[in-house]
Amino acid sequence: MIKHLRSAADLDAETATLILDTAGEMAALAGREVKKLPTLRGRTVVNLFYEDSTRTRISFEAAAKRLSADVINFSAKGSSVSKGESLKDTALTLQAMGADAVVIRHPASGAPHRLASWVDGSVINAGDGTHEHPTQALLDAYTMRSRLGKIDGLKVAIVGDVLHSRVARSNVLLLTTLGAEITLVGPPTLIPVDIAAALSPQTKVSYDLDSVLPDMDVVMMLRVQTERMQDSYFPSAREYSRRYGLDAPRMRRLPEHAIVMHPGPMNRGMEIAPEVADSSRSTIVEQVANGVSARMAVLYLLLGGKA
Amino acid sequence: MRSYLLKGVSLLGQPAQDLVVRDGVIAEGGKADETIDAEGLVALPGLVDLHTHLREPGREDAETVETGSRAAALGGYTAVFAMANTSPVADTAGVVEQVWRLGREAGLVDVQPIGAVTVGLAGKQLAELGAMATSAANVRIFSDDGNCVADPRLMRRALEYVKAFDGIIAQHAEEPRLTEGAQMHEGEVSTRLGRTGWPAVAEEAIIARDVLLAEHVGSRLHVCHVSTAGSVEVLRQAKARGVRVTAEVTPHHLLLTDELAASYDPVYKVNPPLRTAADVQALRQALIDGVIDIVATDHAPHAVQDKECEWAYARPGMVGLETALPVVLSVLGEQWKLIAERMSRTPARIAGLSGHGTDLSAGSPASLTLVDPSARRVVDPSGLASLSRNTPYAGTTLPGRIVATFLRGEPTVLDGKAVK
Repeated sequence: MIKHLRSAADLDAETATLILDTAGEMAALAGREVKKLPTLRGRTVVNLFYEDSTRTRISFEAAAKRLSADVINFSAKGSSVSKGESLKDTALTLQAMGADAVVIRHPASGAPHRLASWVDGSVINAGDGTHEHPTQALLDAYTMRSRLGKIDGLKVAIVGDVLHSRVARSNVLLLTTLGAEITLVGPPTLIPVDIAAALSPQTKVSYDLDSVLPDMDVVMMLRVQTERMQDSYFPSAREYSRRYGLDAPRMRRLPEHAIVMHPGPMNRGMEIAPEVADSSRSTIVEQVANGVSARMAVLYLLLGGKA
Repeated sequence: MRSYLLKGVSLLGQPAQDLVVRDGVIAEGGKADETIDAEGLVALPGLVDLHTHLREPGREDAETVETGSRAAALGGYTAVFAMANTSPVADTAGVVEQVWRLGREAGLVDVQPIGAVTVGLAGKQLAELGAMATSAANVRIFSDDGNCVADPRLMRRALEYVKAFDGIIAQHAEEPRLTEGAQMHEGEVSTRLGRTGWPAVAEEAIIARDVLLAEHVGSRLHVCHVSTAGSVEVLRQAKARGVRVTAEVTPHHLLLTDELAASYDPVYKVNPPLRTAADVQALRQALIDGVIDIVATDHAPHAVQDKECEWAYARPGMVGLETALPVVLSVLGEQWKLIAERMSRTPARIAGLSGHGTDLSAGSPASLTLVDPSARRVVDPSGLASLSRNTPYAGTTLPGRIVATFLRGEPTVLDGKAVK
């Protein structure tokens, strides 16, 4: 088993499949009256969050607690971090406290890689800037597999602000490893020209959402921050929504079986219409539940559990 | 003053001969107080660096004029030009004279201050360029390096104004609106890493504008640290038209590529950023062709805490004085005449610096360096004379060892060690 999960590129198909299978076993647990496993009793998991992300932190916290680990939440706000302590000094502090795993959310690309060079425990990337968010990709893959029965051969459109999306990067890497065909869709300002060369050569790019939809098994809508408008990535929220938002008429262009995903939090009415988000095709709430199972699987396997 | 006989030395790769250094100059021959066995060593005119950050005043924890001078001498340099982005900024006669005086006190290389183009490097108002030019420091090169003189009207005025004292503006070519938040070269690697890119066009657009401005007002322009193949083409065309433009390339842009950024180690973070292998090839060819006139180090020492952190928060820059010649040797091979041209003669000529970059013939100032081209050295950051350790070559084996350096007949380095 790998020691760290810093990037979705750390996962080969075999390892990724093992994590997804394990997540399935963890999910089965959620239906039981007693949801807790004793596996990580006595182990310490630190959630080191340099950015506000209540949903990701809670998901990791729930995952670690269901495995009976001791959880320490270390938030940048109100801690020594806001007093200017360096990442290295924080790492050495966590090391001295005996952290077995550090889950890190950080605004800078590569912070988990730096952290891994300063601590002995496992490092799990919970989102580093606009780089990667590998556990999100795992829970997305798990969701696709449980809804559609497979990942190999699936056609997946990832729509929106690919340039600034850690979710997109990790999903392209992981889903390609597992055999899906990815099409990235968005305005040219938000899709780097060399994205395929950078991530995986078979990735396709389209600037026309309508033409892509009829072929897709999965449409993943990315959150688009309205600040991007001020930076002239697109002229207005309304124009973005008209060209790249998933509304009900567009959803009807999808094949019957296709699902709609969103990593959250959503801008309802911007990249996704409320009736789409709340439709039976939408997996958005499932994704949250699957997030706990996928993160349990990652903690379990990285910290030496056996499947 | 002691005299030295350099026995069996090769001048720029020519057959071995004896060379006598006496009373500050190269002598016709005769006896000497001391003999240096220079069998197999190559003598070059002392190297001249037009782009050094010595960090004093302000960041004496990263480098001082004295430690930077020592690093320079050990790298074979006899003159370095100290960039103006100190704290306080070298934008007055007082600050440039301070740096110049500190250089004289250290006495290891000639330290020539570069003056800021604008007050506080802020790009708003011209600094007192004339006062710096007529100060004891005798400033001729002006640069806001670290920042681009982005305002085209201000750049035009600066180019024009310094004609009165044969000054030259050295531009850090970076269109700031195109590089907001930039962390590394914009390309495949930045896309993969999700880092804001520094596009090649941000450099090329400024160089294109500036050569047109220099042409328009008939002034001299020097372009700092050229890093892209596109910039080379802009320069090639400008030179063909007769524009008075010169350009430099750093050793690291001749050797390293943006793939290194994927290590996440900020020792590879530098501005302008490391580019692609195609850019490296174009820069090497341009240096050979003369489209790029000189090699300059952009020696940029940084304290440990400014590099031992997340990439995004690290300061850009690399130390380079002690590895410049070995890197150039590894890139160009033993083309000694070309190396002397690009690292000593032309930089001295651009700066109007007398007594450096001269032929090593009888009567010339004895400012020279002796290189052992057969030696190989593994770069050890802890062995550097610079106060800072941010070399990108740690653990790399590089050819060539500086055995001795003389500044006007006085040894500053002997047997590979600084004399003081």
